[in-house]
Amino acid sequence: MKPVIGLEVHIELKTRSKMFCGCSADYFGKKPNTHTCPVCLGLPGALPVPNKKAIEWCVMLGMALNCKIPHFSKFDRKNYFYPDLPKGYQISQYDEPFCVNGSIKLSTGKKIRIRRVHMEEDTAKLVHELGNQKSTRSTSSGQEIKNQKDEGYSLIDFNRSGVPLAEIVTEPDFDDAKDVKEYLQKIQQIARYLEISNADMEKGDMRLEPNISLSKDGKLPSYKIEVKNINSFRFVEKAIEFEIRRQTEILQKGQTPIQETRGWDEAKQKTISQRTKEEASDYRYFPEPDIPPIRWAKSQISNLKSQMRELPKEKFKRFKKDYELSDYDTEILTRETTIADYFEDAVRIGKNKNIDAKKIAKFIMNRKPSIEEVLPAKLVRNIESATTYVNINEEEIKITVKKVLKNNSQAVEDFKKGKTQALQYLVGSVMRALKGKVDPRVVIEAIENELK
Amino acid sequence: MSLNTLSLKQAKEGLSKKKFSSIELVNSCLSEIKERKNLNAFITVCVKEALEEAKEADRRIKDEENFPLLGIPISLKDIYLTKGIRTTAASRVLDNYIPQYSATVVKKLKEAGGIIIGKTNCDAWAHGSSGENSDFGPTKNPWDEEYVPGGSSSGSAVSVAANMSLASTGTDTGGSIRLPASFCNVVGLKPTYGRVSRYGIIAMASSLDSIGHFTKNVEDSALMLSVTAGKDPNDATMPDKKVDDYENYLNKGVKDLKIGIPKEYFSEGLDKRIKEKIERSINLLEARGAIAEYISLPHTEYAIACYYIIQPAEVSSNLARYDGIRYGNDRSSFADEAKRRIMFGTYVLSSGYYEAYYKRAMQVRTLIKKDFDDAFKKVDVVITPVSPTPPWKLGEKTSDPLAMYLSDIYTVTANLAGIPGISIPMGLIDNLPAGIQILGPHFSEGRLFQVGKAVEESGL
Repeated sequence: MKPVIGLEVHIELKTRSKMFCGCSADYFGKKPNTHTCPVCLGLPGALPVPNKKAIEWCVMLGMALNCKIPHFSKFDRKNYFYPDLPKGYQISQYDEPFCVNGSIKLSTGKKIRIRRVHMEEDTAKLVHELGNQKSTRSTSSGQEIKNQKDEGYSLIDFNRSGVPLAEIVTEPDFDDAKDVKEYLQKIQQIARYLEISNADMEKGDMRLEPNISLSKDGKLPSYKIEVKNINSFRFVEKAIEFEIRRQTEILQKGQTPIQETRGWDEAKQKTISQRTKEEASDYRYFPEPDIPPIRWAKSQISNLKSQMRELPKEKFKRFKKDYELSDYDTEILTRETTIADYFEDAVRIGKNKNIDAKKIAKFIMNRKPSIEEVLPAKLVRNIESATTYVNINEEEIKITVKKVLKNNSQAVEDFKKGKTQALQYLVGSVMRALKGKVDPRVVIEAIENELK
Repeated sequence: MSLNTLSLKQAKEGLSKKKFSSIELVNSCLSEIKERKNLNAFITVCVKEALEEAKEADRRIKDEENFPLLGIPISLKDIYLTKGIRTTAASRVLDNYIPQYSATVVKKLKEAGGIIIGKTNCDAWAHGSSGENSDFGPTKNPWDEEYVPGGSSSGSAVSVAANMSLASTGTDTGGSIRLPASFCNVVGLKPTYGRVSRYGIIAMASSLDSIGHFTKNVEDSALMLSVTAGKDPNDATMPDKKVDDYENYLNKGVKDLKIGIPKEYFSEGLDKRIKEKIERSINLLEARGAIAEYISLPHTEYAIACYYIIQPAEVSSNLARYDGIRYGNDRSSFADEAKRRIMFGTYVLSSGYYEAYYKRAMQVRTLIKKDFDDAFKKVDVVITPVSPTPPWKLGEKTSDPLAMYLSDIYTVTANLAGIPGISIPMGLIDNLPAGIQILGPHFSEGRLFQVGKAVEESGL
């Protein structure tokens, strides 16, 4: 039986303001309900005004995923009731999303088709309190909330309400949890390269909802299981593999798994049924009348394309070619733009000092300097001095060591007895003889070799 | 002559010449409101606030400050959010809702010096053509209290007709300004969709809602629009279009102006007396040099059906937020008409029905819009009746929603097409008022004032 897996990935965009109002979109760890206004609270009379930057970023994300950008697009209302949705509908995109028909290639060469990338707004955040144990409770801001009835209750934080989300939907092209993980890493890398999202799963910037089912004959199965609450890269493989095992057992008994939404429970290491979809929910989509449709001119799209930052694949190619690096080195240096940019800054500075890119690459990879603390210029100076050491002929070191050892037989004896200060004295003597132009570690090695 | 009977223009002149004070003007309106309390035109009267503002206005007038509405009392349909002042939409759901912010138009009126004298009664959520759907009781027609004043902006029309305020704001989604203007003998303007900001006004059907006003004459209507119109960054459906100098249009006359008379609006169902009055008005305009010709707006017959799919669809979505979680009462407080529209709208948007109803209605809407685009290639304005009948008696149509819906037959087309329309009084039929409707292309409000002024001057 072959797993059939499709993915919905939500990426929270890090625009300064929310999707449809001027409130700050930076909600993580902020005091509840401080980033709100009539629009994101869904008050009577409030109207959404779309965030241009968020739309442009969504289109850029689509282009990075090789999507086509239709010239006409629009927002729609997705109507459903939930306490975290103050308007009673979510502004999303239904049949005419910003980006369609893309694809992404995995390292195995497998192509994952991307059905669409669309834009929507995030919901508010519900905090469920059990009550019962205590009648009062402190919030992060120190306020006490009285729970008079001593019952469970829920609080709503609207800071997240209306934060822009880009949703990437794949075709059901995955059959392996490892591929899912690689795909997610690629999506995360692209989002970070484009600087449109931190794409941090633990913080909820990137959320994954896989649809999993098993096929006996290669055709699409009649059911699918949606798994939620996978909020860490560590859980991705575990959750999918668990679900495959669970469904295999059911199918082997000759039954069909119930179509439902399940949640990953990390403590229990299994998925747990959240709600069964007895009938498909009807969201009564219709075009959002408060936002005029978007019509792109060709020049606008090409303009956006030209503004796009270099993508991982392109950077990889360029690094290999321009700096003559190995695949392995290139992979490590281009994993994050911060390291890649750091490397390239150092290369630019090193060029004047005749230090080649390969040497800088090796140095960064071996020494792993702190990017925040060691500025590229400092890094180059470090390489420079290290390099001067190396320039001293090994033979010269050997001769000097021999000479020093011969002249300091007492110290040699002490060292052999285990006195570490003796070694320091010998190293110091060699360094002095060589006028300090050598890496002490090289000297130690030479002394140890000589005394073997 | 009592101060409350003055027009905006007259009041402004009197105030700046210090013939009377804003306090006196506000007081004359307040006593009229008290006097005719039985008309039920107001849900909330802002006595204290209005008098305080009047005092402040008098000080500013003394300092020779000059703002278009400085010291002038204006009423607002109780669907316009007013910060700190209860806003109910005439529904028990929002019985005690005090908004945290004011609508853009309210801010503009206040910046122009206007004084909010109160919040007027209307059909709950603006659902209705008679004012009888208000959860706060029906408004009555000041010309004959046994008759409806028209709706949904019933209290606003009445407040101007009965001299309780000098002007009033309304909303027009399918005729809710033009119809009560016609029934109450005042001027009612429905501007182009996107001319006046919708921000902060409780939405009925977002793609149709137009934000307009009632005044005693055409000149005042132009003055009000010059205050309320203009781009609002909070309303994404507003194009960045310059606001005309409307006053310039008032005395242009109608010589050589081409008037289209759509034959579909004069067929069966139209009261004979209204038809005659309109024909007479057109004759008078022709006497002033206008050229009238018959035209066709072929998709008119589908307008009501189209409107009663799109409008409830949007209503069902717009009313979803009144869920009783954050403010207001829960959904059991909705009255019959709102429930009817929520159910109807939910049905037409449901999967399997969307294509047959909503999508098809949107296609028809495009055709109706095209009808007007084609017509305005040939004529400058279109003249039609506002209502097929004169005002009816209170209670006469309450048990027959369909009959009530049909009273919008001549007004919904402008909302579907997004074009502006104005209702101008054209005299009485059996002692009850009747209005004439002038429609123009998008953003042609100036031209509507031009023709409206000529109708007014024809002395009906």
